[in-house]
Amino acid sequence: MAEPGPVSSALELRGISKRFGNLQALSNVSLVLRPGTVHALLGENGAGKSTLMRIAFGMIKPNAGQIRIDGNVVHLRSPRSAIRAGIGMVHQHFMLVPAMTVAENIELGGRGFFDARRSAARIRQLVEETGLILDPLARADSLSVAGQQRLEIVKALAHHARVLILDEPTAVLAPAEAQELLTLIRRLVQTGRSIVLITHKLQDAERFADDVSVLRDGKLVLSSPVADVTVESLARSMLGPERTTNRTQGPTEQRQQHTSITPVIRLEHVDVQRKSSPKDLRNISLEIRPGEIVGVAALDGAAADLLRVIAGRYKPAAGKLITPIRIGFVPEDRQRDALVGDFNVSENFALRDSGQRRGRMPWPRLRREANALIDSFDIRAQSIDTLARELSGGNQQKLVLARELSDNPAALIAENPTWGLDIQATAEIHSRLRAAALDGCAVLFYSSDIDELVDLADRVFVIRDGSLTDVERGAEAIGNALLGSSTLT
Amino acid sequence: MSELAALALIGDMLVRATPLILTGLAVAFAFQAGILNIGAEGQLLIGAACSTAITLKFGHTLGAGIIIVSLIGGSFAGAAWAAIAAELRTRFHVLEVISTIMLNFIALYLVSFLVRGPLQEPTHIYPQTETMPLYARLPTLLSGTRLHAGFIIAVLAGVAGWWILQHTAAGFRLRAAGKNPSAAKIAGKINIGRTTRNVFLISGALAGLAGAIEVHGVTFALYENLSPGYGYTAIAVALLAGLNPLWVIATGIFFGALEAGASALQRDAGIPVTIASVIEALIILIVLAAGSIRSLRSLQSSIVSNESTAEIA
Repeated sequence: MAEPGPVSSALELRGISKRFGNLQALSNVSLVLRPGTVHALLGENGAGKSTLMRIAFGMIKPNAGQIRIDGNVVHLRSPRSAIRAGIGMVHQHFMLVPAMTVAENIELGGRGFFDARRSAARIRQLVEETGLILDPLARADSLSVAGQQRLEIVKALAHHARVLILDEPTAVLAPAEAQELLTLIRRLVQTGRSIVLITHKLQDAERFADDVSVLRDGKLVLSSPVADVTVESLARSMLGPERTTNRTQGPTEQRQQHTSITPVIRLEHVDVQRKSSPKDLRNISLEIRPGEIVGVAALDGAAADLLRVIAGRYKPAAGKLITPIRIGFVPEDRQRDALVGDFNVSENFALRDSGQRRGRMPWPRLRREANALIDSFDIRAQSIDTLARELSGGNQQKLVLARELSDNPAALIAENPTWGLDIQATAEIHSRLRAAALDGCAVLFYSSDIDELVDLADRVFVIRDGSLTDVERGAEAIGNALLGSSTLT
Repeated sequence: MSELAALALIGDMLVRATPLILTGLAVAFAFQAGILNIGAEGQLLIGAACSTAITLKFGHTLGAGIIIVSLIGGSFAGAAWAAIAAELRTRFHVLEVISTIMLNFIALYLVSFLVRGPLQEPTHIYPQTETMPLYARLPTLLSGTRLHAGFIIAVLAGVAGWWILQHTAAGFRLRAAGKNPSAAKIAGKINIGRTTRNVFLISGALAGLAGAIEVHGVTFALYENLSPGYGYTAIAVALLAGLNPLWVIATGIFFGALEAGASALQRDAGIPVTIASVIEALIILIVLAAGSIRSLRSLQSSIVSNESTAEIA
């Protein structure tokens, strides 16, 4: 990693301020991106990371401040002028035309004629140079999520971007894919390009960035070479002194007393037919006792299929499955599968078991219960009449968890329970899950975040090649079991 | 205008409003559940045909009681007609927008066959059925007008529809399935297929009832141009009401007034009836435009709020 140079900068933001209404989103933020380096930009949701980078990409105009590229002041009026100035941005939500090929997506918005062969040759050259493997003739909708992301990056590079802004690129990737992407990012900066990496994963910043800046409540609280910081100091500056929580708190010992009790969930030689993948799960046996937290890791959604079978959403293809009658389920995609965005909080609360309900909806009682839940789960909603889609991600997830735990179920099944949440919300969800386990609920969850498995679970299983194996509760052991030692580099 | 003429005009307006309220409810129920039933017209015609057939066949044995039997029969017939589209959708994933429109034409030609064939009046001159006997007609509410008891049924259906949607588990399932079928299924364990079928049946029954009431209250016979497109105007009625059954009563009366007024305008001032259709079309466009402006606004505000106000706490 390069030593900090004194003056040279690929991109420099000076004294940027931005107000939205009466909210000061950014106040006097300055940031220097040295050429040929990765600069990690950290901060919780709402800290201003995205706003700052949207200003750098010309999407939003700042109220004050200056943007310099290679030392020259530029005025960015739109993303188009930012692209012309050599800035590229990969958004969290991809901007691709699904029915078009990789080459067509890349040339989209260009001028003159589209020559498929010449364009493909250009892309192959970029692929060669960067290691971002892509077939120019593949349709965008045939690519995996990681492939679509590579396409977005190559698209920016094809438009001659020398500064690349990546907005939470690893949020949508499985752990192995995330590692691969970050490795490729290191390779990209060796070609002289410079990268801003927006993330809220401290480990990623520490391991793959040269410099790191931290935003909190719209202010720059830290900016230094990575060598001078630790994960702990980054966490402290991200959360602020008063809100730092002990994140690495392990599973409590008090729960061990439950282990002698008979299991609430039992799978004997269960086969699961998979919709999304040709590889079925075979001969799964598993026992979960009250008060246990069991974590499952898998690369390709295999865990989700198994969890849905256990949660009673799908039927197993074969085998014996014993589950309690009262079982809570927290699906991965809360906006699609857990909440009705246009329903208010109390209606979303009433959704639980509405399939079995007969006769009238007991609204007065349901609303009373919803009110009690907002208080006890600290859900930040103006009232129970607030629409679910107006809540923040963390509050949506708390609402789902509150609902699924509301009738004290004997078991709770959760898919990636903290997906897309910031540190604070993640900590809250974790403590809720631990509290449920302390009350004797059997918790089974899967996570694409290995650290979360280690943090939260008493026991960890890995699904690989259609079978379930017990692994040691440690990041390295889980990683090895997921990838198989042969593919480990 | 004399008091009597004004009264007659109000009566006319409510007579026109009756089938519009019922078909408007049919559309509102279906749309609330995310089902684009464009087939209220066909379901209405089948309801009217079945109701007429029942009355002409069994009227002499049952007397006035035939009205109740016939209205129920008409509702069932409308539901059965909608069930075809329901099965096509749940079994074969045929889009209901297409199947219900096609079924409208089939219903129209079926009526046209019936009034020239099996149900034609005894002299075989006119393409219509025999006229219903007096006892099989819905009682008039206001003397001097054509206003019949069917209007009360329509209003009651609107109130009941609102209550079902807001206060019953079945109505809740219907709304959940319409707003987010995936969450309804996974979080609510709602059987989407069954909910869809039930909604089709209710929607078809309401439209069928509209047809039955029309023959018992207004036309007293079945003929081809029985409906001036009530089932299509119903879409405007339901959209203008924001799919709320209580508001459907109001917008149904509004559209009824528009159509009744247009006939009076033509008669008294020579302004063509089509002006009503023009106004109806304009209303649909304005409602749709207002809706998209509103969703654009909420999109913008949600972007801004994600940008700034999100989790400042």
